[in-house]
Amino acid sequence: MEVTRAKLNGAAADSSDFRIRQLRARDMLRGDIPDEELEQYVEERVLTTTLDKAVAWARGNSLFPATFGLACCAIEMMSLPGARLDIARFGFEAFRASPRQADLLILSGRVSIKMAPVVRRIYDQMLEPRWAIAMGACCSSMGVFNNYAIVPADKFMPIDVHVPGCPPRPEALMHGILKLRDRIQGNAPAGWRERYDAHGTEEVLGEADLPGVNAVNVFQSGETQRA
Amino acid sequence: MSTGISDYRKQEESVTLSSQPAGEGLEQELMTINMGPHHPSTHGVLRLIVTLEGETVRDIKPVIGYVHTGIEKTAEDKPYWKAIPVVERMDYLSYYFNAMAFCGAVEKLLEVEVPARAQYLRVIHLELNRIMSHLVWLGTSCIDLGAISVWWYCFREREAVLDLFEMSSGQRMHTRYFQVGGVIEDIPRGWVERVRRFTKTMRTRADQYAALLDKNEIVLQRLRHTGIVDEATLLGLGVTGPLLRAAGNPWDLRKAAPYSSYDHFDFKIPVGTIGDNYDRYRVRHAEIYESCDIIDQALDGLPEGPFITTDRKVALPPRHELATSMEALIHHFKLVTEGFRVPPGEVYNPIESPRGELGCYVRSDGSSRPARVHMRDPSFVNLQATAPATRNSYIADLVATLAMLDPVLGGVDR
Repeated sequence: MEVTRAKLNGAAADSSDFRIRQLRARDMLRGDIPDEELEQYVEERVLTTTLDKAVAWARGNSLFPATFGLACCAIEMMSLPGARLDIARFGFEAFRASPRQADLLILSGRVSIKMAPVVRRIYDQMLEPRWAIAMGACCSSMGVFNNYAIVPADKFMPIDVHVPGCPPRPEALMHGILKLRDRIQGNAPAGWRERYDAHGTEEVLGEADLPGVNAVNVFQSGETQRA
Repeated sequence: MSTGISDYRKQEESVTLSSQPAGEGLEQELMTINMGPHHPSTHGVLRLIVTLEGETVRDIKPVIGYVHTGIEKTAEDKPYWKAIPVVERMDYLSYYFNAMAFCGAVEKLLEVEVPARAQYLRVIHLELNRIMSHLVWLGTSCIDLGAISVWWYCFREREAVLDLFEMSSGQRMHTRYFQVGGVIEDIPRGWVERVRRFTKTMRTRADQYAALLDKNEIVLQRLRHTGIVDEATLLGLGVTGPLLRAAGNPWDLRKAAPYSSYDHFDFKIPVGTIGDNYDRYRVRHAEIYESCDIIDQALDGLPEGPFITTDRKVALPPRHELATSMEALIHHFKLVTEGFRVPPGEVYNPIESPRGELGCYVRSDGSSRPARVHMRDPSFVNLQATAPATRNSYIADLVATLAMLDPVLGGVDR
């Protein structure tokens, strides 16, 4: 067996060598590293960002959904932490039974007129920052029922992401949550208008149109009707 | 809307929060607490007004209606074949059963013969659905008892069942597979083998659940001798299904009034002895094995032939006929636009769902839309057993009993 010796600080030595980096760190701690080398050392190792971005990154990766099921979609929502999809990969598996500890409300199912004030109250009990996902057709657009009993969620609370389906597959809900994560982290994905270069296709209400007559949500986000 | 809110507030104000310490010599004060509608252990949005004396439940009042969807009324507004998806979404854990009850009722009114292959395919799907429903029940109930690991295993098997549903119908839930007169499509190639593989593994997996639970001292203490309701009370309340069978009454509509050729199969009805929560758990657990047996027998004897009735007035013609036959095109047009007309009359069609007797009452006035659709949902009737099962027990047992009653609120409120 041949034993070789190489000078650590020599030019021939590879700077990516772990031992060299360790010695450098020791030198730095002693204050032996000159300024420019210290600059380089810091630049190589420290990532600078704004506090907002760091907080958003942490928030987006640790959503706590509320344990709140309404109907069919709740069963599909329950299969999210299950073995096949395992939402714990993204850090969203900590379902919280108390709205005070949750920051994501997944409206999983149909919201009846009787249930709407309760849902609104649960949403109000959640602490800021909070987000809401309308899962399934019923709480987005009243779905197949479309009758006297169902209220779309947009009528009584602000919704961040709508997940279509009846019920949506768990993969679809996962996709919705990941979209929400992107939005929380400040890099919201481009909508279809950006993707297809379709600006100017927005439907704008004319002056003759009365609010409420057209199929347009007359409430602002977060506004409620005495609920 | 404002009256509803004020009622709600009034109910809230009636809740008194006692700060009196419970102890020797102190007069015990009754305390009424509100449990739900947002409560993780109510299995949906059930609200319970519980009157407590210390830790003991003295009275319990279920308040329902939080997922009222107007399904019966909506079904009246749709042609018969378009009402199937609406009815399916009622009890969202047993969608095949909802469709079966409704389609069976309409078939009785129409006097349509369902082909043997369709009947067998229906049985296979119904029993797969029963296994799936029991798996969801077992998993969520064990969470309520504090055992989360069973939930992972149950949902793993549930995904296997849903894969089979997806393969045969294209959807995981609310598959709309059952049609009036048969099923929408024949099963794809390879499906039978996959179902056989599933029933084989399901039996060993059910053994594993039993190994996890049956020797677990905590589960046994939570379940044994809690929530006992005797057979006479259950019969008086109209409770059916595993709850009644757990009390020792072997009432099962698959045996008592066979439908969809259930009389061709050899299976047993598991019954309990005293009707406590442990019996309820054991009965449902044993039903998983019986369902596997039925599925295997149905796969062995699966007859060849059409999968939907050949009556063109009721069932859509095959796609290839539309290009060649004018008559088929007319039938297709009539069925898709107006739907089929049903002769006047009324019928009640009960079947055995995972939760008990699921009956569908349909009244026809001769048009293509039902004049009235009513569902006798087992969860709604079984919910009446909550009070007798939990009165004078601990509030911790209330959670366990509610889990073992297995109500599905979508079916209760409809």
